Formats: sequence, C-alpha cells, structure tokens
Amino acid sequence: MRLDRRTLLAAPLGFTVLAGGAFYMILQRMQKGTFDPRGVPTMLSNKPLPDFNLPGIDGDGFGSADLARTPGPVVLNFFASWCAPCVEEHRLLINIANQGVPIWGIAYKDAGPQAGAFLKQRGNPYLRTARDDAGRVAIDFGITGVPESFVVDRHGIVRWHIGGPLTAQIVVDQLMPTMRAWV
Amino acid sequence: MTKRLILLLLAAMLAWPGITWAISDPSEALANPSAEKRAVEIGEQLRCLVCQNESIEDSGADLARDLRRIVRQQVTAGKTDQQVIDWMVSRYGNFVRLRPPFNALTFMLWASPVVALLIGCLLLLVGRRRRAPPAAPLSPAETMRLKGLLEP
Repeated sequence: MRLDRRTLLAAPLGFTVLAGGAFYMILQRMQKGTFDPRGVPTMLSNKPLPDFNLPGIDGDGFGSADLARTPGPVVLNFFASWCAPCVEEHRLLINIANQGVPIWGIAYKDAGPQAGAFLKQRGNPYLRTARDDAGRVAIDFGITGVPESFVVDRHGIVRWHIGGPLTAQIVVDQLMPTMRAWV
Repeated sequence: MTKRLILLLLAAMLAWPGITWAISDPSEALANPSAEKRAVEIGEQLRCLVCQNESIEDSGADLARDLRRIVRQQVTAGKTDQQVIDWMVSRYGNFVRLRPPFNALTFMLWASPVVALLIGCLLLLVGRRRRAPPAAPLSPAETMRLKGLLEP
C-alpha cells in the first residue's frame, strides 16, 4: 500500500464512518432493549435451573422441581417491594398475566410482611410466589439485582433472561416469541 | 535539612506495606489472619456485579457483601483459590473476573499492546524507507558561489 496524501486523508475519514456506524448500531440495540452495556449475560441459557426450594410469601412456596413439571413455559420474575423499577414493572406484569402469561415470582431480600402487602395493594400477577430472604438462591441464578426475569420451559430449562425491568417492547419483541417457541 | 526530611518521609510512605482499607466491617473478617488474607486476595480478583468497576472487597454493595461472605465460607471449607473463582464464574460468567482469562474471545484484548507496537514499528520502517536520501554536500565551487551570494 502506498502511503500517499490521498490514502492518508481517507484513512481517518473511513475510520470515523466505520466507528460511527458501529456506535449507531449499539445505540439502536440499546434503545430496542436487545443490548444492555451493563448487563451480565446469564450462564443459565439452555441449562437447567439451579436446585432450590423456597418458602412462600403467603402460603406455599416453590422449588426447581415444581418449575420442571409445568404444562408450558413460565416467566420467572425476581422482584422486591423496595425496588422502584419493580414497582414500575409491576403494572406490565399484571397486564401480561391478564393475557394468560403464567408468571412465577420470587421476592428477593424482602423479609417481613412487605412483599405480601405489596402484592395485596398493587395486585398479584403471579401464579405462585416464593421468598428468598437471604438472597442466596438469587446468587445461584446469577442475579445481580432486581428485577430480573427468566423464561423457563416446561422441563425446567432456562430459555431466555433479562436483567432489569421488562418493557412492553421487550415483551413483544423477545419474551412472547420465546414463550411461543417453547410451548 | 528540611528537604532531606521530606524525602525520607516520602520514601517511608512509598515503602509502607499496602494496607487494605476494607470498607467492610471488621466482623466480616475471618479470625485466622492467613485465611483472611487469602479471602481478600480472592475477593480482589472478583468484580462487584452492581458497581462493576470495583472488586467485591472494595465495594459497599449488598451483593458484594454476600459474595465476600461466600468467599470466606469456601476458604474456611478448604477450597482452593481456583475452586472459589470457578464457583463464581459458573454463576456470573467470566465477567466476574477482574482479570479476564486468555481465550479466543479475549485474545485481542491481551494482544492489543503487542499489535500496537508492531503497527508503530511498521509505520516507522515505512516512513524511514520513504524518506529521500540527504542531498550531497556542496562542491567547493558551489560553496564559493554561496559565499558570494550571502556576502554583499
């Protein structure tokens, strides 16, 4: 390659165009919710759930064995009454639950009566609920904070994950297609 | 005299063994100092998943405290450093390691200083080759003429 004046001028321009295109793609994927720069990808994708058995919030809890014998895929949602994004997400969860999407909930580090009161006050989108007061099961799931959601197929295999709150766009673009793919 | 004192002070500060100012409360630490030292060394290699640019030893986040406790439990149970780190990686992936391993995905990360050096050397070589050879020195006649031109 000859390093003449023209190539020397074109090189930074070409580099800028390439970098700009890459940044544009990243920003667009961030906006669509398909890319989270702070997201920690799950180690569980296409793997069975970690073993756990948790007590309930009001009544019976559930464990990994229960999630491995469901009639179809379910959404497993980690939440907490003290977490603002969870409160934001709650309305959406109630919406999709009303459309027939089965959601199971685990209250993360939400000891005491608050979790139950939260569900009583704001409505309960969950088919079944459990509580992880110590947050130890959440670590086995690789949870970094709440809310986080998984799609678990009827054999208890994790098929999809998102760290952070669900949005209508993510539900339409990612969650529902996954649910349909694993019926 | 004062200068010497300041220098001595500076040298002493630099030579002082690095004290780890753990923000965790002392009740977290293991009673056995050598086990605690190992736990700190392991924890310093693990990323706090909440703050992401701190190790779990440095972080004040809740999750970091939980992970510190797990590291200490496993150290007490006689696990090796590698076993503890593997336990974390199996849950949070290689992202949890502050020092990423060398593999197919990360080789560019590790190789980039060498690649940058090679590119620099290449540019230097190309630049040197393309530089025009220095002009031949002036002949005695030319020197004379130059002198004539410069001196009125």
